[in-house]
Amino acid sequence: MSTWDVSSLDEWKSDRFPLGAVIPESGNSRDYVTGGWRSERPVRDDVTCTQCLICWIMCPDSAINAEDEKVTTFNLAHCKGCGVCANECPADAITMVPEGCDLPEVK
Amino acid sequence: MPTQKTVAATGNTVVAEAMRQCAPDVVAAYPITPQTTIVEEFAAFVAKGRVHTEYVTVESEHSAMSACVGASAAGARVMTATSSQGLALMWEELHIAAGMRLPIVMANANRALSAPINIHCDHSDIMGARDTGWVMLFAETAQEAYDNTIMAVRVAENDDVLLPVMSTLDGFITTHSIDRVELMDDESVSAFVGEYVPKYPLLDLENPVTHGSFAGLDGPFFEFKKAQREAIERSRKVINDVGAEFSKLSGRPFGMIETWGMEDAEVAIIVLGSTAGNVRHVARGLRDAGMKAGVVKVRCFRPFPFAEIAEALLGVKAVAVMDRAESFGAEGGPLFLEVRSALYDSSERMPVIDYIYGLGGSDVKLELIESVYKDLTDIASGVEAPAGLVYLGTR
Repeated sequence: MSTWDVSSLDEWKSDRFPLGAVIPESGNSRDYVTGGWRSERPVRDDVTCTQCLICWIMCPDSAINAEDEKVTTFNLAHCKGCGVCANECPADAITMVPEGCDLPEVK
Repeated sequence: MPTQKTVAATGNTVVAEAMRQCAPDVVAAYPITPQTTIVEEFAAFVAKGRVHTEYVTVESEHSAMSACVGASAAGARVMTATSSQGLALMWEELHIAAGMRLPIVMANANRALSAPINIHCDHSDIMGARDTGWVMLFAETAQEAYDNTIMAVRVAENDDVLLPVMSTLDGFITTHSIDRVELMDDESVSAFVGEYVPKYPLLDLENPVTHGSFAGLDGPFFEFKKAQREAIERSRKVINDVGAEFSKLSGRPFGMIETWGMEDAEVAIIVLGSTAGNVRHVARGLRDAGMKAGVVKVRCFRPFPFAEIAEALLGVKAVAVMDRAESFGAEGGPLFLEVRSALYDSSERMPVIDYIYGLGGSDVKLELIESVYKDLTDIASGVEAPAGLVYLGTR
């Protein structure tokens, strides 16, 4: 996949921008960090969790990380805190916790 | 040279014929009076296999233009048609089509907007779309509607332009009246419009792209709009070039404006669409009676031919603009505002009177046009005459 070099974007004139705001690459929404929109953060209890992966299927932002068919962490750079995962969890293993001063570093 | 066949047909029939000859990959459309027979006849062409187009029947004009935007981004040549409330319902997507630089071609049957409900001709619908970023062509006759539709494809798809184009014809007057039209043969039209090669087709899986992306506070939204302005400015040359090439092929002249009697005119009427014929007819009679009457017909409203109009009006003593649409609270109708603006930089600024006429298809009698020329003669000779905005022929 080609990568779009935007390092000198500030110096671009209108004729430099691709036609109609097309981005000449795909899958670039991961570059757009939306975690800052969140007011509540999902917290998963590993003991109660049955690893059914329903949260992983339902997450509208694909912000639930899984490895070897097991949920590991939340991708907090993209989780908007919608709470769909907590609502759908059949084991009630996910709780939505208000964001506070102990915010994890979002990168 | 193409073989031309003379037929007696309505404006809508020949627009459907032009669409078939341009062979769009996708047409997504919804019927609305008085545009309906365009999409009806085109659907019949698809059903009979006379054109290989993916014809998408949708549940509204909002969906029609949405489907057109998607298909065009995918890389298809896309055409559609609408009118009035339908065009109004497309409002969001009109801006999107232009902003995404998608060369969609759409016919519009010019019709009044509600309320009160009215299905007849005026330019309220199309003037509501004048700031959407589309190139806008106006037809006086069925012949011009046919010609403009074909030229629109070439203008829209030109690399220097890549903007959507509306080809408009007056509701019922042009869409439904049977007119004498010369149709070119299929091969000549096909060769003239050529094959569309999209720049960033979504369906090119080897080169994936993102369409419809976001450009917020830090994003270059402002620069994209500037690029759009530069494209519509470049379209002036392209429209004239395509028009000249088409003229050579068809034998029918095309210019962004068309003038009659302007060489020595002292009074002139500026007009859009079907009424131009009536105005020319009246002017001809008045010339026989000694009045130096002229006519300027505007065939392209976006981009607006400022320089051409200012030049055509040199030496004229009084000008009337006939507006078939309102811009309530403005100094006059949409055409008036443009014409007055065109004259601001001109070496000559003559009195310009705006006549709002024919709203909702209200009759444009020849006597009314004659009265406009009489008003202009009075103004030219210093006699007190109507100032500001005149509603022509209201009860």
